[in-house]
Amino acid sequence: MNASTHPSYSTKFIEVQGVEQTFRTAKGLFPALRDIDLTIAKGEFVALIGHSGCGKSTLLNLIAGLTTPTNGALLCANKEIKGPGPERAVVFQNHSLLPWLTCFDNIYLAVERVFGAREGKAQLKARTDAALALVGLTHAGQKRPGEISGGMKQRVGIARALSMEPQVLLMDEPFGALDALTRAKLQDELLEIVARTHSTVVMVTHDVDEAVLLSDKIVMMTNGPAATIGEVLHVDLPRPRSRVELAEDARYVNYRKAVIDFLYTRQAHVEKAA
Amino acid sequence: MLGLGLLVGLWALVSASTGRSIPTPYETWLQAVEVFSNPFYRNGPNDQGVGWNVLASLQRVAVGFGLAALVGIPAGFAIGRFAFLSRMFNPLISLLRPVSPLAWLPIGLLVFKGANPAAIWTIFICSIWPMVINTAVGVQRVPQDYLNVARVLNLSEWKVLTKILFPSVLPYMLTGVRLAVGTAWLVIVAAEMLTGGVGIGFWVWDEWNNLNVKNIIIAIFVIGIVGLLLEAALVKLATAFTFEEVKS
Repeated sequence: MNASTHPSYSTKFIEVQGVEQTFRTAKGLFPALRDIDLTIAKGEFVALIGHSGCGKSTLLNLIAGLTTPTNGALLCANKEIKGPGPERAVVFQNHSLLPWLTCFDNIYLAVERVFGAREGKAQLKARTDAALALVGLTHAGQKRPGEISGGMKQRVGIARALSMEPQVLLMDEPFGALDALTRAKLQDELLEIVARTHSTVVMVTHDVDEAVLLSDKIVMMTNGPAATIGEVLHVDLPRPRSRVELAEDARYVNYRKAVIDFLYTRQAHVEKAA
Repeated sequence: MLGLGLLVGLWALVSASTGRSIPTPYETWLQAVEVFSNPFYRNGPNDQGVGWNVLASLQRVAVGFGLAALVGIPAGFAIGRFAFLSRMFNPLISLLRPVSPLAWLPIGLLVFKGANPAAIWTIFICSIWPMVINTAVGVQRVPQDYLNVARVLNLSEWKVLTKILFPSVLPYMLTGVRLAVGTAWLVIVAAEMLTGGVGIGFWVWDEWNNLNVKNIIIAIFVIGIVGLLLEAALVKLATAFTFEEVKS
């Protein structure tokens, strides 16, 4: 877990090399991504931002291993990503909790899969409880996803991902479906959790503030089809970060402006081109 | 209630206009009271109470349906889960499904050399299709999100089956079961008319040979009510096992 013990990939933990993704559709081949080159260091928080349809989620799915690229290669810890696995946990956009299991059981399913071979039932239960406590949902463990709010569901989804002690946390617009206040609260929680666990995070978002507040690196993508990385912005703000203080910080405002400039001036979404 | 009243009124009218060849509702009621006062008598194999007949039919449906569930539900899972099986069997299912189950009765008589197994065979054939098809559709409609969860967690095929596929397919499966039981109950009456012996269908045919129209009308109501109860029980079962988020 410690970055210093693996110097070989401490700066190149995830490597995306010349990736191209083409989908076969009813209307013929659709080029979604081209020429994607990206390296992510261990412990880095990376945001993928761009207009809808620019292939952010496609790129995330590639890193997750849920899809395989048409061309190019993806490496994680110097090993080729061949398929999905619990070391690259995914927090899905719509939480994807199993509605017939309680929140506890949803997390337990993941914990059991990852640690079941080595640990006893009591330990697995302790891990599950710890994951619930991490997102402040100890009281909701025995509830089913249908009985809790959207924000709580998303927190259970995050707890499930974190419970696996993944090397990378992949998040696909994790707060996209939430109201602004809940989103802000969960962003703060995520900041805290990431600071504690030193997780490597790749997050897809379309929210500029979210990207600047959370990330070390913002990867801005051009419009699709055949989208690619337009620009990479390094966010050099000290941690811990507080949204209230940052709101008036000149550097924060500049980063924010840079992203907005990219998204709305240079990559203004041209609907008629579609 | 109003509908039922209208039906009885119409029935009385038809009865009067056909010169009593169709019995009046009142006569039928009196006969029904008599029939149901002793539903479980036995005077030899061809003269048994209506209760025995209904039970015999239900037993055939249960056995035929049970066997069909045993074969059809796993088959549906397999066809839904593996695309090549679906390509292999779908044309076959499309070909065989529209065939009236009664067409299979002679085959059953030939193979099993008995009326009772042949009737059960017919029930098996007619109730297997809805279960196979609905289960397969259910498996194919499992939300991709849930399957992605399974893939990210690297769950074993067994865990995928018990924790993800089975619960999310259950509502579809129960729809299949409901359709199957409904069809089975329709078909058993016709099958028993052809095979004879004991059973509600045979009873109808026997009473027709006796020209006892009152009993035929009673049988129609009995068949209807039993079908209604079966349906209600299965709807209840289905709602108990359907999860809020799956319904939508």
